[in-house]
Amino acid sequence: MAYTIQDFKKGQPRWCPGCGDHAFLASLQKAMAEIGVAPYDTAVISGIGCSSRLPHYMATYGMNTIHGRAAAIATGAKVANSKLTVWQVSGDGDGLAIGGNHFIHANRRNIDLNMILLNNRIYGLTKGQYSPTSPRGFVSKSSPYGTVEDPFRPAELCFGARGHFFARAVATDAAATVDILKAAYNHKGAAVCEILQNCVIFNNGTHESVYDKAGRAKNAIYVKHGEPLIFGENREFGLVQDGFGLKVVKIGENGITEKDILVHDAHCEDNTLQLKLALMGDNDGFPVALGVIRDVDAPTYNDAVEAQIEEVKAAKKYHNFAELLETNDIWEVK
Amino acid sequence: MAENLEIKELDSVAVRFSGDSGDGMQLAGNIFSTVSATVGNSISTFPDYPADIRAPQGSLTGVSGFQVNIGAGKVYTPGDFCDVLVAMNAAALKTQYKYAKPNATIIIDTDSFQEKDLEKAAFKTPDYLGEMGIDPDRVIACNITQMVKDCLADSGMDNKSMLKCRNMFALGLVCWLFSRDLDIAFNFLKEKFAKKPGVAEANIKVIQAGYDFGHNTHSSAANVYRIETKVKEPGRYMDITGNKATAYGFIAAAEKAGLKLYLGSYPITPATDVLHELSKHKSLGVTTVQCEDEIAGCASAVGASFAGALAVTSTSGPGICLKSEAMNLAVIMELPLVVLDVQRGGPATGLPTKSEQTDLLQCLFGRNGESPLPVIAATSPTDCFDAAYNACKIALEHMTPVVLLTDAYVANGSGAFKLPNLAEFPAINPPYVPEELKGTWTPYMRAENGTRYWAVPGREGFQHILGGLEKDDKTGAISTNPENHDLMTRKRQAKINNIVVPDLEVIGDKDAELLIVGFGGTYGHLRAAMEEMNASGKKVAMAHFKYINPLPENASEVLKKYKKVVVAEQNMGQLAAFLRMKVDGFVPYQFNQVKGQPFVVNELVEAFTEIYNK
Repeated sequence: MAYTIQDFKKGQPRWCPGCGDHAFLASLQKAMAEIGVAPYDTAVISGIGCSSRLPHYMATYGMNTIHGRAAAIATGAKVANSKLTVWQVSGDGDGLAIGGNHFIHANRRNIDLNMILLNNRIYGLTKGQYSPTSPRGFVSKSSPYGTVEDPFRPAELCFGARGHFFARAVATDAAATVDILKAAYNHKGAAVCEILQNCVIFNNGTHESVYDKAGRAKNAIYVKHGEPLIFGENREFGLVQDGFGLKVVKIGENGITEKDILVHDAHCEDNTLQLKLALMGDNDGFPVALGVIRDVDAPTYNDAVEAQIEEVKAAKKYHNFAELLETNDIWEVK
Repeated sequence: MAENLEIKELDSVAVRFSGDSGDGMQLAGNIFSTVSATVGNSISTFPDYPADIRAPQGSLTGVSGFQVNIGAGKVYTPGDFCDVLVAMNAAALKTQYKYAKPNATIIIDTDSFQEKDLEKAAFKTPDYLGEMGIDPDRVIACNITQMVKDCLADSGMDNKSMLKCRNMFALGLVCWLFSRDLDIAFNFLKEKFAKKPGVAEANIKVIQAGYDFGHNTHSSAANVYRIETKVKEPGRYMDITGNKATAYGFIAAAEKAGLKLYLGSYPITPATDVLHELSKHKSLGVTTVQCEDEIAGCASAVGASFAGALAVTSTSGPGICLKSEAMNLAVIMELPLVVLDVQRGGPATGLPTKSEQTDLLQCLFGRNGESPLPVIAATSPTDCFDAAYNACKIALEHMTPVVLLTDAYVANGSGAFKLPNLAEFPAINPPYVPEELKGTWTPYMRAENGTRYWAVPGREGFQHILGGLEKDDKTGAISTNPENHDLMTRKRQAKINNIVVPDLEVIGDKDAELLIVGFGGTYGHLRAAMEEMNASGKKVAMAHFKYINPLPENASEVLKKYKKVVVAEQNMGQLAAFLRMKVDGFVPYQFNQVKGQPFVVNELVEAFTEIYNK
């Protein structure tokens, strides 16, 4: 059965006008319609925060739970009922501060979850405190003199937790967002999608360099598995390996041709170069990488749990409670 | 040497095995209980082990004990004091002798009472018996270590492996004292070490040596202790610990309800054995997830419950602190969840291996907002099965988290468990949303008893969003409407109040002047105290709470019926406080002890007699 966006829509979102959540919600619903899993076989599970309101606008099953615990709750839902397609939605505070432990362990265990990280580098719902992704020196209500701590870089955390899928899109870039959401669904295992999102009220312009099309043309690179890493308004730049790092080169200069440009390999088990791509764009002269940066097959936890149950069922002779009792040392009183 | 041991015929005797925590005392104790239970004795056990990961060998803090009470009739407790104390080293004698009756038989390994051992155990002179005031005539002193080495000389085992068998020598000796059939012990070992037949063989050889030693040196006193088997309720029995019985209760409930059993947990003493036990039974489809923390243990269980499983999380007091957030989520989302709290000494890390009843108020009230949930307490190792089953039944049928309270004493202790027939257990019928409500159903529609319907994902047409925010009674949408919040708060409370639990049972003297009241794991001690008082002609009765929230309907009537009521608990008066809150004008006497150890029946009798005579 084919589904339309309408099949996944519910209610009137109450985010601020201009909030990146609006655009993301539309892309998620579009992606779900294209994926074609029924709304009744889909669960959207969030924590707390502006973006965690999202399940209320979905015509699927779902929960808007408690702060930070979305990944843990989604883990239980998926492991207990693997037929469900589970989308876990968190903001940067929910997912990486209070929920940081669950984020890394869901990745490490490789639970088959589509883990959405809506990153606006601020706490919006509590009205403007710095988050674990706010840059050092960030001035906010709780850091009037600037923060004195370094932020997490989500990809680094994901990779450090042995994550097998990481993709990134800008909330307002609908087509690219839909693409990575579908890729995340198609990836079996924990799939982290970092959505760069603006907070018009408390952190306006945080992703300014890539937030509109013109900015992305200049400051972003769309990475695609098997294609050379070329970017620029006129596709005039490319990435090459340079010692232990990457380097931006201009195609046509110094004898560089397209053939010299590094070809993206999202399926490479070794995440070294993928991590370098993911970390680009921090005022370092590199473009911000968008698209699927890492997508490596690995056994999922939930499949392994089920397989082990089947294996043990086949090996053991007791399969119900009455039979279980008989495995004990029993004596009879007559 | 004990040449003058008389033959005793007793209703019950308690044996305490004690030694270094590496000496295998728990295993020796377990085997002895199994052997005794198998011949039809009633048993009650109490493992008492140190919290230290591994204290220095031979030190006072590293002593581990296991007490088993064997009865011809029913025994309710592991016994206050033991009739036989096995002390495998000087530190064990030093620390454990206080648990021995004045005329108890003491078995010691003299090889572990050398100068260095005595020094570690803080003895001042080589006359350790004299220092402790022990009559040498009561002591069976033998060089166990040397005899074990001699016995295994040809085995090819290294010294360390040989020494690990010392416990079996002591066990053999105790089996001789009680004329136990060694075959049962041999079978136990063969099964336990099925993959290491060499180890099984060595252990068996040493048990036999210990038994033979007893036989050869005391042949005239072969039946020092005789525990006759009295007929109890006919049926098939097994020995079971409280934690295992709890795990079995969950498995049974899941099967009865036709649901997958999901356990989200994090290792914590003394609850971990439930995780261990359930992890073994994948052939029954049990899914266990050892989570990253206590929070995730409970949170993942909430997720599993939403997805349609019978969801359980297991922990002890410190874990409840962390789980309370997700428990509260289950309260407001009205999803079934069983939270097992195997209570230990607190606060904070407290006394991890010791027993208390200090989490009652935490479980009743330790969450933000108005957050009512049922609380059930298991009264004995075998009662853990029924309590776990009933906790699941209530959770599933009333769509609520339920706290199941046990404690370290009940969880680690064991008893003879009559094999239950699941067919005889009451059905478990969760309130699945009726198909005909499709199209008109909203998430907080309720069945007649006030319970929210359960719509499990996968059912077409019942998609809905739950969450931690207050919802509108009618539409299920987020609502901050003051009237609605008040209404929802009352509905959540009413739903719990409506749960029907069995009446409070009163046992003992019908015209009692004193009613003893307790809850959970103190049942055996309180009952033993009551029976002792009744035997001496005192009019005493007892009412023991298994269901604490909601209280049994007759609770108030029972509590007000008696001239004097004493609430005895292993905390500073938490049940008493709750009962005072719930029962108008109820002012009980209180007996409170927070020692991390089970009650001592004699102390109870003394305290209750004082109240009785007032």
